[in-house]
Amino acid sequence: MRILFDREKCVGHNRCHLLAPELFDVDDEGYAVLLVEGDLPSELVDKAELAADNCPEFAITLES
Amino acid sequence: MDDEHAAGPVSTGALTPPPGSGIADWATDFDHTNEAYAAEAPAIWDDLRSRCPVAHTKRFGGTWLPVRHEDVSAIAHDTDHYSSVGVIVADWKPTVPAPQGFAPPITSDPPFHEFARRILLPAFSPKAVNPLEEPTRRFCADLMDGIVDAGGASADAAVDYAQNIPVRVIAHMLGVPPEDGDRFRTFIHRILEKPGQTGPVDEEDLMITYLDRIIEEHKATPRDDLIGYLLGLEVDGRPLNEDHIVGTIALALIAGIDTTWSAIGASLHHLATHPDDRRRLVEDPEVMTFAVEEFLRFYAPVTMARIAASDTELGGCPVKEGDWVLLPFPAANRDPEAFERADEFVIDRRRNRHAAFGLGIHRCLGSNLARMELRVALEEWLRRVPDFELSDPAGVRWSTGQVRGPRTLPVRLLRTVPSQGSV
Repeated sequence: MRILFDREKCVGHNRCHLLAPELFDVDDEGYAVLLVEGDLPSELVDKAELAADNCPEFAITLES
Repeated sequence: MDDEHAAGPVSTGALTPPPGSGIADWATDFDHTNEAYAAEAPAIWDDLRSRCPVAHTKRFGGTWLPVRHEDVSAIAHDTDHYSSVGVIVADWKPTVPAPQGFAPPITSDPPFHEFARRILLPAFSPKAVNPLEEPTRRFCADLMDGIVDAGGASADAAVDYAQNIPVRVIAHMLGVPPEDGDRFRTFIHRILEKPGQTGPVDEEDLMITYLDRIIEEHKATPRDDLIGYLLGLEVDGRPLNEDHIVGTIALALIAGIDTTWSAIGASLHHLATHPDDRRRLVEDPEVMTFAVEEFLRFYAPVTMARIAASDTELGGCPVKEGDWVLLPFPAANRDPEAFERADEFVIDRRRNRHAAFGLGIHRCLGSNLARMELRVALEEWLRRVPDFELSDPAGVRWSTGQVRGPRTLPVRLLRTVPSQGSV
């Protein structure tokens, strides 16, 4: 599974960083920064789902 | 009572406005500044969603009220047809024209909006807000000392606690004395709760007069706070114009206070009336991360507004240029099309794309600050008062207008913990 993050849709709600700091950081303006590339290790899948399921702008999707 | 909030969508017939409210029908004659609307807003949204997803009133020169998540989201993302130059519905339309508006960036439209927002984003980013947690916790702990150490068995969780927290945090950020908080509350009441209905105000008591004074004080003695930051900003080698600075400070003051105290108060109201959720938070503090977002979804305090920039269509309704359009994010948050078990408060809800802080380019600038204040306020309350209940359910009064929260919240303290935190 991998994470697709649409930076154009991000408006800085900061939900992903709060729920999955291992996967998302925030920049100095508060926009999300995806920290990982490629296939997710299995122990982070749950966190990735949380980040995707709580983004109010639907900016995060998961691809298996 | 509180269980009105947990009531399911009304599907049989229309909800009837109470006699004496002066409202004929919520779908065609609503008034969001009426006490009757404040008393049962969630039931009204459910009613409207089931029979007429976009309500209209002739009041305020013509105003629309969508209640579905998809409509609210569409408007919030459509800055071509909907201008932010007016965000608080009143009998008059704003006098400062687009794209800047009175209080940038909340009243600004693209392309000016992006400029006005970007200069503020660093001051409200998670990295800037994190250091404010410690002083916020101290303000909350001081207030709890006052409530618990007084030895009384009761308190007003709205008046004695919730409403003081954001006032102190904002005063701290603006670098003004904490005593100025009382004035902030007066400004907010006038502007948000009873727009245009409080009669003439002396020049000396106007918010604008106050803001001019504190800005002059900061110019005379430069300080390292939000006002100092704005005064020190240079854009293309020039400082921001004075109107922009005044408007932005007004925004921090108006937008950051009763919104946050409403969220804190509504959350405490919920905990006072739901012992299982209260116990869960005390016994399992890890659940707070999810609980904060569920409080924000279920009790989202803020309804924004737009002014139609041109004729358009909304859920099949003909919106005319100049019409007001309310953006009830709290109604969107209870739409069963967007949320599973939308009408239930689920303290550990895992999928929660709530819109409490808005959607699109105007996402609440202070959302990181507000979320931190809500979490810390609840943590500090529960640390000292793990058990409490409403002492006068009929005495709870919800605010009117576009910011929803309890303005009085009398509670009985059933169990308290001494200030060291060790029982």
